[in-house]
Amino acid sequence: MNLLLDGFTVLLVAAGGFFFLAGTVGLLRFPDTLTRLHALTKADNLGLGLVVLGLALQAGSLWEVGKLLLVWFLVLLSSATVSQLMAQRAHLRSREK
Amino acid sequence: MNVLTLALAILLLIAGAWAVVARSAFAAVSGFIVCGLLLAVVWLILGAPDVALTEAAIGGGLTGALLFGACGVLQDSSTVRNSRSVSLRIAGALLSLLVACGLGAAFLLLPEPAPGLGGEVRSSMAATGLENPVTAVLLTFRAWDTLLEKVVVLLALVGVWSFAPDSLWAGRPGVRYRLDPHVIFLAQVLCPIGIVVGVYLFWVGASAPGGAFQCATIFAALWVLVTMAGLADPLPVGRLVVRIAVVAGAVVFSGIGVAGFFWAGAFLAYPVEFAKPLILLIEAALTLSVAFTLGLLVAGSPARGEEP
Repeated sequence: MNLLLDGFTVLLVAAGGFFFLAGTVGLLRFPDTLTRLHALTKADNLGLGLVVLGLALQAGSLWEVGKLLLVWFLVLLSSATVSQLMAQRAHLRSREK
Repeated sequence: MNVLTLALAILLLIAGAWAVVARSAFAAVSGFIVCGLLLAVVWLILGAPDVALTEAAIGGGLTGALLFGACGVLQDSSTVRNSRSVSLRIAGALLSLLVACGLGAAFLLLPEPAPGLGGEVRSSMAATGLENPVTAVLLTFRAWDTLLEKVVVLLALVGVWSFAPDSLWAGRPGVRYRLDPHVIFLAQVLCPIGIVVGVYLFWVGASAPGGAFQCATIFAALWVLVTMAGLADPLPVGRLVVRIAVVAGAVVFSGIGVAGFFWAGAFLAYPVEFAKPLILLIEAALTLSVAFTLGLLVAGSPARGEEP
């Protein structure tokens, strides 16, 4: 049972790491602000979500799982808000040009 | 030392170097913030969660916000070039390197076990009514340092305010933000969570990492968030309530300190039976003042008249 849990953890965290890597490559390679934001928020949301899921399997108590999920939720919320603001700004600037 | 720690140390050095050599002010500040957050992780690995909390909140968060504010004030910060000459930069880098090498040498030359007052702090803890040695050092054994620290923060605020032109002195700081639905939503969700976390940090400071400064930073951040959502406007700095809130911490702290002459025979000494409640009172006043001061520091110098 433990081996199975460990296996799932490795799989999920590795998948999360892959999304972070892809997000970073996107941030560096994509041509404009909106596409870069897309890459970045994907990494935040999915990558962190997978890492949190993987770690939750190792948590000692339900409290710990709750705290991990709260971290994910807060990052989701702030990254969504910040990317909205940045996108708004980029949109306004592109219209000015 | 394992591979992860080594990678972290290298990343930290890269972020630090980036903050120095980056071309634009914005990029340099980004490097500085990354450096502060990585440093917080390093403190955590070294087993100093109190320092880690403060580094993340003040070093990464608050100082970063202040520096970004400064970038914004300089017109179009992305094009502000670092105008220092190359030779000056090299001189600065060499000086920093010298200090780093000196510190490293001093650390490596320490006798084993390193000298310290840890044992004495632990043996005197019972008298303070606290369980967290860091809080005990900050508020009893080295209370004088903490008091001066608060006065320094206050002086920094006076320094920021003094940039205001005479006509706007006592006016409202910063710009009025427009109502923004996204930020309003963020503020509505984050404020309840932030208040719970802040009060928890305040209360847990007596027995575990946390305390007045960390709590105050969170409250200040919430205030900044509410301001940025356009839901609240910073009060004019001339208002009596603002002035009282800003000095309350230092006044209560030094008042109890002076009272120490009468009830315990020394400045900043507490009578043993009332040590815990007095420390709590000081911490509460400090939290109020530090939260107000940090929030007002981020808001900047008075830039508008009394009228909204």
